[in-house]
Amino acid sequence: MGAEWGSPTSGTVPAADLELRLLPMGESALLIELTDARRVVPLYARLRAAAPAWVMELVPAAKTILVVFDARRVGRAAVGHWVVDQAARDAPAAPIADADPVTVELALRYNGPDLDEVASSTGLGVEEVIRAHTAAVWVSAFIGFAPGFAYLEPEDVLGGSGARDVPRLDVPRRAVPRTAVPAGSVALAAGYCGIYPRESPGGWQLIGSTEAVLWDPSRAHPALLAPGTRVRFVRDE
Amino acid sequence: MTNESVMSGQERRDAPALPISPALWIEATGPLALLQDAGRPGSAQLGVPASGAADRSAYAAANRLVGNRAGAACIETVFGGLVVRALRAVFVAVAGPPAELVVTGADGRTRVVHPVGYSFLLDAGETVTVGVPERGLRHYLAMRGGIEAERVLGSRASDVLSGLGPVPLEAGAVLATAGEQEGWPAADHLVPAPVRSEADGPIVLDVSAGPRADWFGEPGLRSLRDTIWTVSPESNRVGVRLTGEHPIVRLPGRRDDELPSEGMVAGAVQVPPSGFPVLFLRDHPVTGGYPVIAVLTEASVDALAQLRPGEPVRMRIRL
Repeated sequence: MGAEWGSPTSGTVPAADLELRLLPMGESALLIELTDARRVVPLYARLRAAAPAWVMELVPAAKTILVVFDARRVGRAAVGHWVVDQAARDAPAAPIADADPVTVELALRYNGPDLDEVASSTGLGVEEVIRAHTAAVWVSAFIGFAPGFAYLEPEDVLGGSGARDVPRLDVPRRAVPRTAVPAGSVALAAGYCGIYPRESPGGWQLIGSTEAVLWDPSRAHPALLAPGTRVRFVRDE
Repeated sequence: MTNESVMSGQERRDAPALPISPALWIEATGPLALLQDAGRPGSAQLGVPASGAADRSAYAAANRLVGNRAGAACIETVFGGLVVRALRAVFVAVAGPPAELVVTGADGRTRVVHPVGYSFLLDAGETVTVGVPERGLRHYLAMRGGIEAERVLGSRASDVLSGLGPVPLEAGAVLATAGEQEGWPAADHLVPAPVRSEADGPIVLDVSAGPRADWFGEPGLRSLRDTIWTVSPESNRVGVRLTGEHPIVRLPGRRDDELPSEGMVAGAVQVPPSGFPVLFLRDHPVTGGYPVIAVLTEASVDALAQLRPGEPVRMRIRL
């Protein structure tokens, strides 16, 4: 990059040995990018447990964690040091404050219109798909798309101790998204499992439905599947 | 009566019935009128945008002019046209871009015309009409005590993306005060900002390089800086779309890269595949999958909230 405006990532703090980069995101935020996506949930849990009052938001995503801070109370450099210091600790991840309970069991009817499609694209039978889906321990990696819509990943993918010999249910999105997916629909796409908190358009493959209320802003914990929550699906005949 | 209960005339007038008594009647909303406050930061990890007043400084000024606590709810309007009638004497203020505030008596006659940035008493039966601004877009009408509405996740902000918070205001709605006043401010009006004119040229937004500026390199930043952009009519509280003569293009090695979704902030300048930037406003999605080339300063996010469709705008890159 030329000298005119320096490096576009001039806010980057070298933290190569921690396999993370701190990227600039305006006057009051920075983006932590992790080399290893499996470290997002544990680091998010640790930052959340240790967050000083100047942390306004912590937003985990696929490979990053966004830190929004109160720029009137703390400087960017201090925020960067805090992140690096937390990342360097080996302490096990603490339970996450807004995930309660930390393991959720969801009763699920495997009646989705795309179940046969998922079975054929994974090369498994319908029964094997259901077995794989109920055998896996899923973890809410992050929320996006709509309030309470969690991106669930199998725990072994995230480096946890979940069942390791379960077939992966990695299917593509539908070629043509649906204009209306009913609330409670359980769906798969791109290695993730998700549940639609309310009726909305959607392109994921629908395998079943649950009566669980995924999102209720009047609850103490509005999102049933806050990041870090572990999920097991139980077949509801 | 004890000495403590001998209050000033103003306090005696509002004190007894404050929290529940109807105070304002919406006669007309203009194109869009929403309740807004300081938003609901702290729940983005649950998929909840922070939302809140689009132009934070104008919102804070309106509350300050009527002596409200920071965070009290106001009415946010777009392009004027808001008409409210006082159901009892209420102290109000409007902040935002220059416009006329026409106060009409119960007899329908114009009683007085105030400028934006003044606080004034609206007597029972009087209406105030927020005029169409010559420049700028959004006004904030504050009422002493703040506006009551059910809070969702601690906030009364209407979020147009997630649907959280109060529904948009409609003609016929009746609003009560929330009792969120404090001491009277020392001033009853704002020092007017210099009025912009067409001759001043495009509005300038200050940005710094964003997390994915390296996807675009120096040519991309130069294109962001040197283009006179035009505000698209497809803009709202989620984001402001810009069009320009030439799109911003990625560096050759980045053309086919896909960005996993990552956290977003108000003021993020996202570059979708079209190459024409989208500047996120307060109801932005919490995560996004297009690279962010630059991020606006906080003050420029307020300026962004006042941009009108068709208006020219440029960006100045700060280190």
